[in-house]
Amino acid sequence: MDQRVRNLKRLFWGVGSVLFVVGLVGWYLRLAHGHLDANYGSIVTWGLWVSAYIYFIGLSAGSFLISSLVYVFNVKRFESIGRLSLFTAVVTLGMALLSIWVDLGHMERFWHVIRYPNFRSPMAWMIWLYGIYFVLLLAELWFVLRRDLVLVAAEGGRRGRLYRILTVGSRDTSEDRAARDAKVVRVLATVGVPIAIMFHGGVGTLFGVVAARPSWNSGLFPILFLLSALVSGGALLIVVSAIFQDGWRRNRDTILALGRLVLGLLLLDLLFQLSEILVTSYGQVPGHIAALKLMTGGPYWWVFWVWQLALGALVPVTLLASRTRTDPRWVSLAGLLIAVGFLGVRLNVVIPAFATEEIEGLASAVASRRMSAHYFPSVSEWLLTAGIVGLGLLLFGLGERLLPNDATTHLMPAVTPRSPKPTP
Amino acid sequence: MRSTGTTGTPEDLGTVGAGLSALPAAAGWVKCDAMKLTPEPAVAGGTDDVSHLAADGQVSRRQLLDRLVVAGAGALAATVAAGGVIDVIAAAPAAAAPAATRRKFRYGMVIDTRRCVGCRACVVACKAENKTPPGVSYNVVVEQAEEDADDKPLFLAKPCFHCEQPPCVDVCPVSATFKRERDGIVVIDYDRCIGCRYCIAACPYGARTFDFGENYPAVAETTAYAAAPSAEYGQFRPRREEASPIGNVRKCTFCLHLQDENGRYDRASGRWPACAKTCTGHAIHFGDFNDRDSEVSQLLRERQAVRLKEELGTEPNVYYLF
Repeated sequence: MDQRVRNLKRLFWGVGSVLFVVGLVGWYLRLAHGHLDANYGSIVTWGLWVSAYIYFIGLSAGSFLISSLVYVFNVKRFESIGRLSLFTAVVTLGMALLSIWVDLGHMERFWHVIRYPNFRSPMAWMIWLYGIYFVLLLAELWFVLRRDLVLVAAEGGRRGRLYRILTVGSRDTSEDRAARDAKVVRVLATVGVPIAIMFHGGVGTLFGVVAARPSWNSGLFPILFLLSALVSGGALLIVVSAIFQDGWRRNRDTILALGRLVLGLLLLDLLFQLSEILVTSYGQVPGHIAALKLMTGGPYWWVFWVWQLALGALVPVTLLASRTRTDPRWVSLAGLLIAVGFLGVRLNVVIPAFATEEIEGLASAVASRRMSAHYFPSVSEWLLTAGIVGLGLLLFGLGERLLPNDATTHLMPAVTPRSPKPTP
Repeated sequence: MRSTGTTGTPEDLGTVGAGLSALPAAAGWVKCDAMKLTPEPAVAGGTDDVSHLAADGQVSRRQLLDRLVVAGAGALAATVAAGGVIDVIAAAPAAAAPAATRRKFRYGMVIDTRRCVGCRACVVACKAENKTPPGVSYNVVVEQAEEDADDKPLFLAKPCFHCEQPPCVDVCPVSATFKRERDGIVVIDYDRCIGCRYCIAACPYGARTFDFGENYPAVAETTAYAAAPSAEYGQFRPRREEASPIGNVRKCTFCLHLQDENGRYDRASGRWPACAKTCTGHAIHFGDFNDRDSEVSQLLRERQAVRLKEELGTEPNVYYLF
């Protein structure tokens, strides 16, 4: 393996471990003190955790939809990262569910969504669809990996014992069975596409239906969420492909292709956002432009101008469109910038809509920090979010190390079965 | 002194709320007498005597007439508005909604901003009556200063509006918040609420607050005041760490724990929403809009009342006089 790729990987493990350990403090504070240490209140009632949640869930939906290019549409170009993108979707989904779980006032009551359903609530639909999506993702991943798991399990050793558990009793390594696996994967992936579109469009709907918040209440919202998911998910996959499975040397062509795909999607996303901003600002209806004004000229103007627009869009577009687009390292940097920049986009979706008073004078009516239109995440919110990121990185690293991946594959069940050759 | 009138029954929450814990009647604490926490109401009109309420049949006939008028108006509006499909769809739920007619009471308020001096006695009375912790306010007074310094400031006492079409109810993923069939009061089932705060996002009026578990120093210390639980919903929940309503969204209930078993309030004996009861300027008028003779119904007929953000179609049951 290339020394520089190895260094990248080392950096990945280092960052993951530090964030995870730091996050333990955040977990302790959340579990011991409930919501007391959080800075959100009753006016800005959703903060960093909800923003992180829609960010992670977007990454999951995006990387799943890109994996479906392989498993549904047989796009050979992305074949080499099929498993990687599926696994990314699983891990980021877990991170998203953790983020929204800690945000609940009563974490122990999450099952109420099934026990006491409200069919009129977009949030309820969204959660049910997650459930289906989660099961479907795990099943699809298992069928993708099954034959490799069985083959390695037969070899014995520590890895073999682990794989024996993961095969859940499956022994068949025949070509017929592999072809059947590929068919099952294809069906699951095909079913998954509308589900991923529904649930992530559903997250956009969750915000879009709220007539009380004019900056959310737009038909563009569900579409924007889907586009953002594809852009951020694709960008994350660029970074992942640069670090894992022998990194950017082996995956050079895949990274460059992903770069082109992400560039196109990002430009479309920017067009949609521009349309939304132009239409909103033309009318100058005070209630409608309040959140927009706050986003572009409020105390956190830099989240929009610097984080989201300059670092998250302009620089990467330049990198992906100019001559640097043929160098996987520059493309990977662009992917990293976009992936991180979209956290800024998510923060700006959630917070400015709350930070504008619904009724003039509401924030100054009661002297309480919970009745304030000003919000900046508290230390415990940052720590816990960092912890969830760290946990996600570690889980991803472990999975990539332990599970059969695209580089060590015995077989690529996505397309045509090849003859298995055992690897050490 | 024990008050007998402050105990509601769990059924008051309606059928969906049947899971609410029953009132721990045998508990060892002394129920705090809500009446003593707020000053006696000053004499007002007296036109809202509930004994004037006609027999149920008569009321429903009158309501039926109202409903026909509403339905007719809805149909007319749909036709007039060039008969777009959207208009028909929009008019359908309003015309077909059975809730408003099945409902025995339609409680609401008419708040006269010209009588409000901004003393915030209603805010304090509400805090005392419901024992709400810091950051949780069922009723606030917002001050909207005029451009010109010489102009009078506008004070807006703002409880929950108990909307006819409450957006908070629709979005709740676990049906924990709902509009009671009997009287239209929007309530929260604390044992069901998961604390996701989607309802806070959906409410256009900032009427809901989240209970973070903070306490006033007097409550944190083991004072007699701390020992007395809130009478809210007639549930008398002791305030314990991590136990509901901590971690729940909370809101104004029109002090429904002061209703009698038939769902009636009684102003003469002080069983009346705390904010309306205590209002020094007689700015907050409370009553039943289904009763044509109630003070609030008369005010609506005689004065030019305004509801906030009518354009959202929420149809608040709290009106303002400006």
